Amino acid sequence: MSTTASPPKKVNRIGLEVVSYKGARTTLCAGCGHNAISERIVECFYEMGVQPWRVAKLSGIGCSSKSPAYFLGLAHGFNAVHGRAPSVGTGALLANRNLVGLTVTGDGDTASIGLGQFSHMLRRNIPMIYIIEDNGVYGLTKGQFSATADLGSKLKTGVVNDLPAMDMCLLAIELGATLVARSFSGDKRQFQAILKTAIAHQGLAIIDVISPCVTFNDHEGSTKSYSYVKDHDEPLHELDFVPAYQDISVEIPEGEAREVTLHDGSRIILKKLGHDYDPTDKMLAIQTLHEASGKGQIVTGILYLATGRPTFIDLLNLVDEPLATLPEERVRPPKAALDDLMAELR
Amino acid sequence: MSSTEATPLHVRSDEPGQPVINDFSIQVATVNGSGSQTANTVLMRSLFQMGIPVSGKNLFPSNIAGLPTWFTIRASKHGWIGRKKEIDFLVAMNPESAREDVMDLDPGAAVVYDEPLKLDALRSDLHFYPVPFDKLVAPVCPEARLRKLVRNMIYDGVVAQLLSIEMPEIRAALVKQFGPRKAKAAELNWGAVQAGFDFAARNFTKTDPFRVERMNANEGKIIIDGNAACALGAVFAGVTVVTWYPITPSSSLVEALIGYLRRLRIDKETGKATFAVVQAEDELAAIGMVLGAGWAGARSMTATSGPGISLMAEFTGLGYYVEVPAVIFDVQRVGPSTGLPTRTAQGDILSTAVLSHGDTKHPLLLPSSPEECFTMAQTAFDLAEEFQTPVFVMTDLDLGMNNWLSDAFPYPDQPIRRGKVLTAADLERLGGFARYKDVDGDGVGYRTLPGTDHPAAGYFTRGSGHNEKAQYTERPADYVQNVDRLARKFESIRARAPRPEVVLNPNASIGIICYGTSRYAAEESRDQLRREYGLQTSYLRLKAFPFTRELRDFVERHARVYLVEQNRDAQMAALMRMELDPTLTGKLRSVRHYGGLPIDARTVTDEVLSQEGL
Repeated sequence: MSTTASPPKKVNRIGLEVVSYKGARTTLCAGCGHNAISERIVECFYEMGVQPWRVAKLSGIGCSSKSPAYFLGLAHGFNAVHGRAPSVGTGALLANRNLVGLTVTGDGDTASIGLGQFSHMLRRNIPMIYIIEDNGVYGLTKGQFSATADLGSKLKTGVVNDLPAMDMCLLAIELGATLVARSFSGDKRQFQAILKTAIAHQGLAIIDVISPCVTFNDHEGSTKSYSYVKDHDEPLHELDFVPAYQDISVEIPEGEAREVTLHDGSRIILKKLGHDYDPTDKMLAIQTLHEASGKGQIVTGILYLATGRPTFIDLLNLVDEPLATLPEERVRPPKAALDDLMAELR
Repeated sequence: MSSTEATPLHVRSDEPGQPVINDFSIQVATVNGSGSQTANTVLMRSLFQMGIPVSGKNLFPSNIAGLPTWFTIRASKHGWIGRKKEIDFLVAMNPESAREDVMDLDPGAAVVYDEPLKLDALRSDLHFYPVPFDKLVAPVCPEARLRKLVRNMIYDGVVAQLLSIEMPEIRAALVKQFGPRKAKAAELNWGAVQAGFDFAARNFTKTDPFRVERMNANEGKIIIDGNAACALGAVFAGVTVVTWYPITPSSSLVEALIGYLRRLRIDKETGKATFAVVQAEDELAAIGMVLGAGWAGARSMTATSGPGISLMAEFTGLGYYVEVPAVIFDVQRVGPSTGLPTRTAQGDILSTAVLSHGDTKHPLLLPSSPEECFTMAQTAFDLAEEFQTPVFVMTDLDLGMNNWLSDAFPYPDQPIRRGKVLTAADLERLGGFARYKDVDGDGVGYRTLPGTDHPAAGYFTRGSGHNEKAQYTERPADYVQNVDRLARKFESIRARAPRPEVVLNPNASIGIICYGTSRYAAEESRDQLRREYGLQTSYLRLKAFPFTRELRDFVERHARVYLVEQNRDAQMAALMRMELDPTLTGKLRSVRHYGGLPIDARTVTDEVLSQEGL
């Protein structure tokens, strides 16, 4: 006797369907780069088999910061104040070290109002993923330059930016992030590999994703438009990511690729393009970014990767369990302890 | 108002020629950075050990070395531990301030001074005791570089001899101060104390009336500053995440807390910490971390002062609106901007009660003593978690940084209250939840903590408009429903807020209201008004905002009430005008003190008399 059961639903390694990773319908503009990023987050967290309700989504204010509503609907989310997602994320991870921190904000949040918090998050190597949806413009307030807008780039209104751009990847490398990458919202394959690497990484992962604003900054004269980035994108390497749970052998043609093993056992494979790039070389990363910006190019890929550096949680020597749910007997000292203190103060 | 002139019944307790025992103030004037703190603490502690009620106040500049600093010690057999306006016994060590210090004294005061200053030429109505400090220090301290520090211990010996402080108590205080590790330093300093004592015994004939006698008023008491007491309260409240940005006068709260946490909260088996302390990059980050940690379920806190409170304003509004617990200690100081950062005030009351933008209001707890710092710290964490909102503990520099005589702290007799938190098992049973739904009618919804192992646990926390299910909305009806529920929640907090201390006097037509450290001046002033002018008063001491019905009843039953506070614009009175019926607010009078020194009883007495037309 045969049954006419529908074909088994496709699930990931923890038995969840991709629908468990989706969020609310986006309210951003059609064609916005941020929507593509949200889609990649859904795919990567599904494929990596992360429990969505273990994820703490954080954001600040702006179009980019609205996007956490559009992915991982089963996760906890905290839409903080403008530029201050890093501090809220830091607090949440201190309270519960088992959370997967995922911050998605923009260039206004990161490079301007929240630059201070961004910098100190870098110094502390807070173990979370921090995605900058970078379009060089304030979208939600209708099109003012941000601090990542390139020198000489033009707004639709004809206003020219005469201040130099801040490169958040350079800053991130300099101040202590342990994974720094740049990608393009239109490059599905590369961004996926980078995001999966970030999920596996134990430490702070900064991903600056050029994500053109179709309404206010996708025109000739903008260096953060689809056409400009397509023409000037200079990939450092082709990327493959092999998660720790996948025990398959990957053919790596000798001399053409470099393999880096992450702390959790996952591997990234950087296939050579024009040059041999070593992402563990900090000076090379800095030099590469400076050279590219001098040529008006946008280098994409994993720019810098340091494994083995302690995170802030490690440095604080916290107990293994989340601080948030320690029982009373572990957080309130006994009466004898108070009696001793009182005796000393007499 | 009565036009009858009140006759003073009693003006000064010291009749000429009579000794004044255990009822005077000592002021030591030194240069900051000269190590006088040790000598002053030893002096204060020796009086404490002799069983005499005592208080010590450090009046210091915002500076590390070289500016004038004063330490006042008050001994009071009646147990008054507020600041005494008049100085009875001056130790003048600072050439810069000595002249002014002497000119400010009332006739009959005593002055111990460094002989080369020749202060005795300034006035003829004081008792002068010149001491050649440099000559005395050389033989007891062969090492020249230590003399600057040891020199101050000499005045402890001189004062002990002149006031009859028992030398074994000075020695015991000295040994306690230096501890077993610095026994050698203690001996060196003890030599200086003895040199001072011997010099005074050989050279002075006592002409002033001030002296001490052993009492037994300090049984079971401790000496502690309010900041350390708040820190201990936080430890026994089970705090797990502490963030801070250094700012006077709150820094020592967190520094004490770090010390206690390291001592009491390192897991014995694993050597790991059951707490996290972060020195943040600024107060904005400090409160952001507190909210993030509170959201994720930690008992989290920060400590700051006025400027920090201002920087925390935006986040505090978010905390109120997204309903995340947080505890913020505000150790208040003087002024906007830097103001007078080392001077005391109760100047953040109004701005903190309604901190942030939009419709917000926050509970304030108002401790007045180290013991209340300890207990209210615990209350603050319980209220914050039960009502899912930021709670402020309003202390001040006077309470926080000065040493106070206190009853020993009681061990908490209630379990920690963590509020309405749904577990995975609860969610399994309920099938889901609506974060901001008022299920119980008290305005407080049920929350889940990030990391709860259940697919229905997650929700989106947002500062933008949200409905019961935490979903985005801009519908006016949804917004109104939500903020009306928050107002209802505030009423639930009112029902749980600490009640004021009330003393009703059936013969009184006027009442005195105070809060925090203003209590000491207010209580002593009531005694002055009664003894000196026959004026009876009732008394109410606030312990919290929002106010409870005791306040309304108190105002109702008196013709006039005097609200004593340490700010220029009567900030607490402004809050009362917001909350009390207009028929009652006309009875409010105000006694204010805002020069940076702790308020004293005489100021209150004079102001009440003046406003009463007496």
